[in-house]
Amino acid sequence: MRKLTVFQKSNTAKKEKILNLLLGSSVITLFLVSWELLFQFKVVNPLFISAPSRVVLAEITIIKDGSLLTNLSVSAKEFLLGYAAAIIIGFPFGIMLGWFKLIRGSFGPFIAALQATPRIALMPLFIIWFGLGITSKIVVVLMSAIFPLIVNLRVAMTTIDSDLIHVARAYGASRWQIFRSIAFPTSLPFLMTGLRLAAGRGLLGVIVAEVFGGAEGIGYMIQYAGSTFQTDKVFAGVLVVAVTGITLDFTLDRLGRYFDRWRGEVAVH
Amino acid sequence: MDIIIAEKVNKKFKLKQGQNINNNGVASNQIEVLNGFDLKIKKGEFLVLVGPSGSGKSVFLDLVGGLSTPTGGVVYLDDKPVEAPSSKTAYVFQQYALFPWRTALSNIEFGLESRGVLKEERVKIARELLSLFGLSDFEDRFPYQLSGGMQQRVAIARALATKPEVLLMDEPFAALDAQTREILQNELIRIWEGTETTVIFVTHSIDEAVFLADRVAVVTARPGRIKEIIEIDLPRPRNGELRSSNEFAANRHKVWGALKTEVNKAQQDWKLAPQFSE
Repeated sequence: MRKLTVFQKSNTAKKEKILNLLLGSSVITLFLVSWELLFQFKVVNPLFISAPSRVVLAEITIIKDGSLLTNLSVSAKEFLLGYAAAIIIGFPFGIMLGWFKLIRGSFGPFIAALQATPRIALMPLFIIWFGLGITSKIVVVLMSAIFPLIVNLRVAMTTIDSDLIHVARAYGASRWQIFRSIAFPTSLPFLMTGLRLAAGRGLLGVIVAEVFGGAEGIGYMIQYAGSTFQTDKVFAGVLVVAVTGITLDFTLDRLGRYFDRWRGEVAVH
Repeated sequence: MDIIIAEKVNKKFKLKQGQNINNNGVASNQIEVLNGFDLKIKKGEFLVLVGPSGSGKSVFLDLVGGLSTPTGGVVYLDDKPVEAPSSKTAYVFQQYALFPWRTALSNIEFGLESRGVLKEERVKIARELLSLFGLSDFEDRFPYQLSGGMQQRVAIARALATKPEVLLMDEPFAALDAQTREILQNELIRIWEGTETTVIFVTHSIDEAVFLADRVAVVTARPGRIKEIIEIDLPRPRNGELRSSNEFAANRHKVWGALKTEVNKAQQDWKLAPQFSE
């Protein structure tokens, strides 16, 4: 019975999904076509506005001359190192913040203050402290990505079902067993949400940090192309960043659904 | 032989800041839930506690289960005072409290996990219990994929998996519809009659109490103590048809007779203390 209803629901959901996909892609197509036409009929100056066809050409050029790969690998390295550091520090810290009242009381205000500070405004300091190389960028990514993780995991700990703790205690589970069998599974969906938000912030962080000051990376490439009026190349760089962001978000979303399958709403999505 | 002995048990709770309660005209920030609670439970018996809401029945289960300690008096389990959860007891709650991210099978394994039983052995025991409750086809289901009755069967199986000497059941069927409730009572009694487990069962339903119990202990209005213990003289093994017999009605009448005045008292108490809620 239940299986049947879920199946029907997911069937209508599928139809809706296809419709949304059609509507969404037609708006994008319309936008690209009008943009191209504005360029072809010389309504706009390509020096400032570029055009889809020119962006594609620029994309091919930077792939061919290897500059995309060089810059992308620098940015990827900065991002991945910063992101990994954010997870390694943020995950246990967020959990402790939610789990132990004393830690929440002592570190809570400090975290809140740090979180409210715009990280990019600290960029000049990071450059003074860590130089113009990749270290200062890694720090920006770390500082951008860590807070969504801390906040989400802290919230996760407050959503723990007290009935389950009651059960675990009644069965003589130790504090560590309670943590492992209740706190950890409860935190997983929150961790996945945190990872998605952190990826977005981290990506933003790495690009802005490279635009701000640096000599390599996609952000630098965009900044340099902009200041030399190569609008085609600016768009080509932005496109790369956008595609990376969407891919990352999609992958993490899929992973999150896997960890969320016991919640039972997955089929309906 | 008595497996559980409660002697002069007293339990007080502090109310939350700003809340207080009217005790015979005296305002107090403490609430006395049990006072002078004496009870002896025989090994292997099915004892049901009935009493008005707020009379401390569940609190007594928590004391036996070691989830809470008495303010005064002692609860003995096998002649030793209960101070912490013991591996001899297992608990079934009204709200099932299954782990939503675990399958039915894995939920049943939980109690064994915290006791360090190896995986292979755990799965074997859990499968046996699933089949005992007719749930073999559902071992891979998550709780959200099970009906309320099935979820509570899994919760009972989780408790039985640990082979407890004492099974504590806190209104386990209260959230189920009437038909499912009767079916689960029948199943519970069928399974229990094949074990030597002592059961302490809390309920608000007199029918349920009479159908299941060897003895029904009637608890007074708050502060709770045992008012009367009624022996249920119905033969075992019991089955569903027993419910419509004259003997059943006679036992039901006895229990209600003892309970009635306490329920009325409790109703008065609720009127006096509207700020207290469970």
